[in-house]
Amino acid sequence: MFRKALLMAASLLVMGQASADASLLRLATTTSTANSGLMDLLLPKFTAETAIEVHLIAVGTGKALRLGREGDVDIVLVHARAAEDAFVDAGYGTDRADVMYNDFIIVGPETDPAGTAKSNTVAEVLQRIHASEKPFISRGDDSGTHKRELVLWQSASKSPDGSWYREVGQGMGKTLQIANEIDGYTMTDRGTWLAYESKLDIQLLFEGDPPLFNPYGIIAVNPERHPDVNYPGAIKLINWMTSPAAQKMIGEFKIKGQQLFVPSVGNAS
Amino acid sequence: MDVLLTSTAEAFRLLFSGNPEIWEIVGISFRVSSMAILAAVPPALVIAFTLAYGSFPGRRFLISLFNTFLSVPAVVIGLTLFIILSRQGPMGDFKLLFTQTAMGLGQFFLCLPILVCMAHVSLQAADRAAWETARTLGANRLRAFFTVLYEIRFGLMAALLAGYGRIISEVGASMMLGGNIAHYTRNIPTAIALETSKGAFAEGIALGIVLLFLAFVLNSLLQYVQGKGSINP
Repeated sequence: MFRKALLMAASLLVMGQASADASLLRLATTTSTANSGLMDLLLPKFTAETAIEVHLIAVGTGKALRLGREGDVDIVLVHARAAEDAFVDAGYGTDRADVMYNDFIIVGPETDPAGTAKSNTVAEVLQRIHASEKPFISRGDDSGTHKRELVLWQSASKSPDGSWYREVGQGMGKTLQIANEIDGYTMTDRGTWLAYESKLDIQLLFEGDPPLFNPYGIIAVNPERHPDVNYPGAIKLINWMTSPAAQKMIGEFKIKGQQLFVPSVGNAS
Repeated sequence: MDVLLTSTAEAFRLLFSGNPEIWEIVGISFRVSSMAILAAVPPALVIAFTLAYGSFPGRRFLISLFNTFLSVPAVVIGLTLFIILSRQGPMGDFKLLFTQTAMGLGQFFLCLPILVCMAHVSLQAADRAAWETARTLGANRLRAFFTVLYEIRFGLMAALLAGYGRIISEVGASMMLGGNIAHYTRNIPTAIALETSKGAFAEGIALGIVLLFLAFVLNSLLQYVQGKGSINP
């Protein structure tokens, strides 16, 4: 009885809102993709071709995967390979495909007190920062960037602790601003860096080591777990994102004259 | 200082060049918050009236409870509703998460305590005689209820403006429940948060100016209403 009343009240509330609608797709993605403007370029084209409207929800990778697990979105586009594989293995997601990759870079004060610019590998960069105990700002928010940073510390065989290592629990932009204010080092994705570079005094110090590459995967939420997700729509988006036309657009997307993402299809090693 | 000046100049240019995206965001903000407060007024009035005129066990406790709700952080309301509305939550079947309805619900629960507490204080300060007189003159309870509300109309107006001021500028719950979806659940505060995180300070400031302007209009309105409610001749 109570449940019935609730249902009636809620259906009154919903009033004409699209629910369980095949023409609506909910995509959870990371702030780095959404903030770069890439999705603003791609999604309208997808909508024009398929008449499927995409609601883009920008959160950290951890939250995006959680939304997928709970069935609150139909599809996720994230960058944290290990977590993605675990997500698929656990049966939460299906039909994973590589879409593109970009890279992380190490930025820090122009004076480079830890001498990181002399390094040959990112492991060496982190070892130098660790040895110098100069401030390092970590996202500390369980995002894809944060997860990657922790993996890099591990492969550098250093544990980031001590008062020089500061977890701020903020997005990439805020983290860069904090690093700038206290003359610290941090690791950032290139897209956010390009958006912020002109407002900051800190400099790009290290780039190009393969462990810094950052692949993005797209995963449909498993319809066997959540029967009412828009699975056909999700598959359409996966096919479209990996199609030659979309891959070309990804490769040609530029911020301030710099290419941000490298398409994965055809480039897969 | 330079960043502040150039961003503000750019902000004014954005606002007055009729940038459709900014005005769409403003429209969403107003629509959702207006619906939320309109939905919250009737229950708030009934609750406040019951608290002021009723006598039942637990009345004082309820008053304390509503006063406590005044200080609930918006993100806590956001998180609670998020869990309830999520597909795995008790109301998951309605698929309300990341809709304007979810955002409106969050704002509803944010402004309800403000409306209840301020209306209750107004009722407390008002003369109980209004109720008694209306009843003696043969008005039924509903009619008498409206008579009393008319007596405290200035206090109610202030409550309305305070409640609206809170929800139109609230970011935590709207971000969690609406998801900041472009053209759909992106309102002024979540857009400011987003633009700031992108480093697009001009857009952030432009939207901030709209909010400030709104706050100014609301406050002027309040001033005007209170001016009329003055006890001086």
